[in-house]
Amino acid sequence: MTAPASRLTASGLTLAYDRRVITRDLDVAVPDRSFTVVVGPNACGKSTLLRALARVLRPVAGTVMLDGERISSWPARKLARTLGLLPQSSVAPEGITVSDLVARGRYPHQGILRQWTREDARVVAESMRATGVEELASRGVDELSGGQRQRVWIAMALAQQTSLLLLDEPTTFLDIAHQIEVLDLCARLHAEGRTVVAVLHDLNQAARYATHLIAMRDGRIVAEGPPAEVVTAERVAEVFGLRCRVIDDPETGTPLVVPAAPSIPAASDVVKVT
Amino acid sequence: MNPIRTRADSPWGRGVGLRVGGLSWRVSPRALVVAVVFAVVAVVVSVVSIGGGDYPMSFGEVVRALAGRGDASTDFIVNQLRLPRAVTALAVGAALGLAGALFQSLSRNPLGSPDLLGFTQGSATGVLVATVLAGGSGLGLAVGAVTGGVLTGVLIVLLVGRNGAHGQRLVLVGVGVAAILTGVNGYLLTKAQITDAARAVLWLTGSLDGRDWKQATPVLVMLAIAVAVTASCGRALRTIELGDEGARALGVPVDRVRGALLAVAVLLASLAAAAAGPVSFVALTAPQLARRLTRSSGPNALPAACLGAALLAAADLAGQRLVPGHQLPVGVVTGLLGGGYLIWLLTTERKAGRL
Repeated sequence: MTAPASRLTASGLTLAYDRRVITRDLDVAVPDRSFTVVVGPNACGKSTLLRALARVLRPVAGTVMLDGERISSWPARKLARTLGLLPQSSVAPEGITVSDLVARGRYPHQGILRQWTREDARVVAESMRATGVEELASRGVDELSGGQRQRVWIAMALAQQTSLLLLDEPTTFLDIAHQIEVLDLCARLHAEGRTVVAVLHDLNQAARYATHLIAMRDGRIVAEGPPAEVVTAERVAEVFGLRCRVIDDPETGTPLVVPAAPSIPAASDVVKVT
Repeated sequence: MNPIRTRADSPWGRGVGLRVGGLSWRVSPRALVVAVVFAVVAVVVSVVSIGGGDYPMSFGEVVRALAGRGDASTDFIVNQLRLPRAVTALAVGAALGLAGALFQSLSRNPLGSPDLLGFTQGSATGVLVATVLAGGSGLGLAVGAVTGGVLTGVLIVLLVGRNGAHGQRLVLVGVGVAAILTGVNGYLLTKAQITDAARAVLWLTGSLDGRDWKQATPVLVMLAIAVAVTASCGRALRTIELGDEGARALGVPVDRVRGALLAVAVLLASLAAAAAGPVSFVALTAPQLARRLTRSSGPNALPAACLGAALLAAADLAGQRLVPGHQLPVGVVTGLLGGGYLIWLLTTERKAGRL
């Protein structure tokens, strides 16, 4: 089997916050035109890896390569026109409207004398249409529901017009319907030809939407590949420390993780709570 | 179902594309109107202010003299005696308004102003040191104010650290530094000669009495530089408001932009303090009023500067006229007005659940 081509790769990556090392000597490649999803338990380094791939975190050692060049040597604005990142910690300025926020995604395409071209206006409108927020264009972002707000942020990242899109936990804090809505949107963006990389918490959602799954634990990549190969009962036990069964998702046929029922202690062992 | 109409539905609030050939800008008509209206208010108030005093003049007489067509005596009184003070008021007000807008945007905190972040206290420390050590000539006070403000800025940036120059930490460190410097200032006052202490206290109140071009010029020069830097970094600053990571992902050199704008804001606040003393609350209020009037997010730098100039000119006029036969230093007036505004702001923000 030959490895698929990868525009975005990392090798020998050691990542740390101050002196706390998160991952050591990590190699990873994002297959082109894949919907890659990174999963793993809390604090396994998956968001950290994503931040390094987007160059917002500088590696202690190792390199990230994009289109055959070290990502650190890319000019900032050129990089922002090629690779988009939706971080977890975005703040909507007080009172900003949806269209204004989406328009800020045009920053890397603008200059002091080219602040608002017809192209800017067209792309912003198109990004809002693609994410279904055009009706909300003149609403304040702080009036929106969590799901709407997340779609607005994705619209902003789309307005960057990048062929690679990195999303850090785009479904966190959303209810189940909005999670699916956002993931459907990501899947559509992927189907349109973008390479999408997302960090997700929910293993079943990851298995359903990903074309390429990366499972991490303690800063290491434990397994990667198509979800059907990666998600097995043994793997889930190894990565998450969870006893489970893996069955076929009745809707999509992708792996579905069903946690094992807890072994109920004998009645005599239970401490009575009155 | 009716779609909910919000304030931004009117074309006023929205940015309007302005295109000439291959060039294009985005302008918010509302922000522009706010800026122009308050620039005009500031100038009118200044003219009224110039017309008052021991030798009252009509609005028309002042305007004629300013245009260089008054008689010899009004020309002397207007252009030599009263204009420098009025220009100092406008320049200091605009500098404080702009500095406040930058600080509030950089700290992502509506209370992030030089008064609360410790820069004003730093300038005061500089002035007190200059007074106690050097006897405090006019120039000494100005140098002390600038040095104190700039050193405080350096200290705060060092304490905040490179990786943590984001909002919350800047405010917390600033408040801490402000508290320490207030203590230091109290100690310095007790150590000063009584006459020096009196002069220092007068400066600490914030006053425009007897200001001439020597005080106005440095502020005006710095304002010109600041407007240029703000204009070139404005879009980047608006992007930084989305969070450091978001801004970096959009290709903004976050550290460089923040460093440059922080330096500009500190210099503006210190030079304003050197010219007129630590006039309180203008830097806090002007950007917030600007934001409420323009109804747009972002630093609102230009409207804030114009509002600052109008506020300070108006406060100075009020200080001269409010109590007949008795002049109040401008700092007293802004303190009274600004304190009231702050209380109002805190209560309304609290009711709205934003604080």
